[in-house]
Amino acid sequence: MNILVCISKAPDTTSKIAFTNNSTQFDENGVQYIVNPYDEWYALVRALELKESIGGNVTIITVGTTADEAIIRKALAIGADEAVRIDADPKDAYFVAMQISSYAKSKGFDIVMTGKETINYNGSQVGGMIAEAMDLPFVSLATKLDASGSKLTLEREIVGGVQVVEVQTPAVISCAKGMAEQRIPNMRGIMAARTKPLTVIPAETVEDLTSYASYSMPNAKSSVKMIDPSNMDELVALLHNEAKVI
Amino acid sequence: MVLVYINSTTGLSKAALETVTYGKKLSGDVTVITNGAASNEQLAQLGEYGASRVLVDRSVNGEDPQQLARLIAGVADQVSASTVIFSHDIYGKAVAPRLSVRMKAGLVAGAIAIPEADGSVKVNVFSGKAAGFVKVASSKQIISLLPNSIQPEKAGNACEVAEISGLAGESAITILETKKPEGNIPLPEAELVVSAGRGLKGPENWGMVEDLAEALGAATACSRPVADIGWRPHHEHVGQTGVAIRPNLYIAAGISGAIQHLAGVNGSKVIVVINTDSEAPFFKAADYGVVGDAFEVIPRLTEAVKRFKATQH
Ligand SMILES: Cc1cc2nc3c(=O)[nH]c(=O)nc-3n(C[C@H](O)[C@H](O)[C@H](O)COP(=O)(O)OP(=O)(O)OC[C@H]3O[C@@H](n4cnc5c(N)ncnc54)[C@H](O)[C@@H]3O)c2cc1C
Repeated sequence: MNILVCISKAPDTTSKIAFTNNSTQFDENGVQYIVNPYDEWYALVRALELKESIGGNVTIITVGTTADEAIIRKALAIGADEAVRIDADPKDAYFVAMQISSYAKSKGFDIVMTGKETINYNGSQVGGMIAEAMDLPFVSLATKLDASGSKLTLEREIVGGVQVVEVQTPAVISCAKGMAEQRIPNMRGIMAARTKPLTVIPAETVEDLTSYASYSMPNAKSSVKMIDPSNMDELVALLHNEAKVI
Repeated sequence: MVLVYINSTTGLSKAALETVTYGKKLSGDVTVITNGAASNEQLAQLGEYGASRVLVDRSVNGEDPQQLARLIAGVADQVSASTVIFSHDIYGKAVAPRLSVRMKAGLVAGAIAIPEADGSVKVNVFSGKAAGFVKVASSKQIISLLPNSIQPEKAGNACEVAEISGLAGESAITILETKKPEGNIPLPEAELVVSAGRGLKGPENWGMVEDLAEALGAATACSRPVADIGWRPHHEHVGQTGVAIRPNLYIAAGISGAIQHLAGVNGSKVIVVINTDSEAPFFKAADYGVVGDAFEVIPRLTEAVKRFKATQH
């Protein structure tokens, strides 16, 4: 199996979210970037498991700047064989998907894997867009993936349940919880990552389809109303009369 | 002209009615495209929510996003749609990005409101820790609407339904099996949610959570560690790395309120927190708080809900 795993950076989950420049720009001050958890915990680790059981090669790809090489090294330390960075500061999901599909088209990957979404923009867009641009089938929100020959068997989340489906390679898969367990890189992996190949490719010109005009922070909650634990009738009355939710 | 895609394989969901209502707010001329088994009489009801006509392709099962993208792009072309609307559910998440590439139309993923005066559309970003306003530069646009962001509104009468075929092509995905536990309310669509965390001590104690959910007609959810250690199924895990939800009411018992948990639930309209620790961070995000032992408070609340329901008709 020749597998391409798309990884994205995402702010560490404990990051304080703030905006600058008249609320038009994410304030990166003091923000630590990590590999987007869905990409790392599920897509990358399952790709490595497949390689370990049936052989093959795992390439990771990201669209980003030199600042993003830290997350690339992290993914290599976990076990990917090689990395590709498309040199650009990505503007929207369409831009990212066009860059990756254009790179992947001629490379003969059997599976292209993404996380189900990033934890910063939560769009769930890149996987589907790559699939369309490469004219490949797309299985989204997969929670299990097995391969035998050119046949992939997957489980995926559906509304209120799960579904087992089959698809032929090449295919694009977006990965959700259940696919694999998080792996912590060991010292050997971290050392090896330093010398694994990283190819940097210039970005193609792609027009932007979307942009963020501005951002806003949620309204702070007014202070909490405390209810006596022995008086649940009062809570129910408040939920009915005051909050009007039941 | 607005085109709305709905999945009607299991009838007309609330999310479907929300998307048609959304379409109606953008245009006086709304075409609905759907697949699946809902009867023509059922589909005609979409007119009451603003649809001018409904097109249905019964040869498509709705499970292959590639097939759906061909179908929807074909119809969009025929009716000259400049805007296509989806629900930001499993179908919208799979198909809308494909359609965006196919139609070269900018995608607003996860809209939570109708467009602003300047045309930008509000979405949640950073897992609900903030909101962003997305502007589309292309002449065509696609909007996927986060479930429970607007309410369905009746705006007209039943409309015509026409069957179509021939646009979707073959499916590349073979369905081997569908496992659907009966009677569950799907979490992303639920208006009321009862959720519990590690404070419940073990899976054997979830009976009282389910009882409360049943008394309310609510869905159940849990914190991440609870799903990780296998006390509850993964699809119940809410938060930054689980499902993001925005129900009308979120009741959290025995959950500390870590930032990653809050990220997935702070879009809820009303939050009730039950925790033994009065210093639990969750109280800062709550509307109503109960400092107390979940093992006593939850059954008491269930009884109070039942008493209240008995007075309502
Ligand atoms: C990258 C990353 C992503 C994450 N994503 C998520 C996510 O998506 N969702 C998520 O939930 N977490 C997520 N987490 C984990 C998160 O940080 C917390 O660890 C987790 O939410 C804690 O779960 P909890 O509140 O159930 O357990 P705890 O933090 O152990 O809290 C248990 C609470 O129960 C209370 N309690 C104990 N006994 C009782 C009783 N008898 N009655 C009432 N209350 C009682 C305690 O006072 C305590 O507040 C993530 C963490 C990381 C690092």
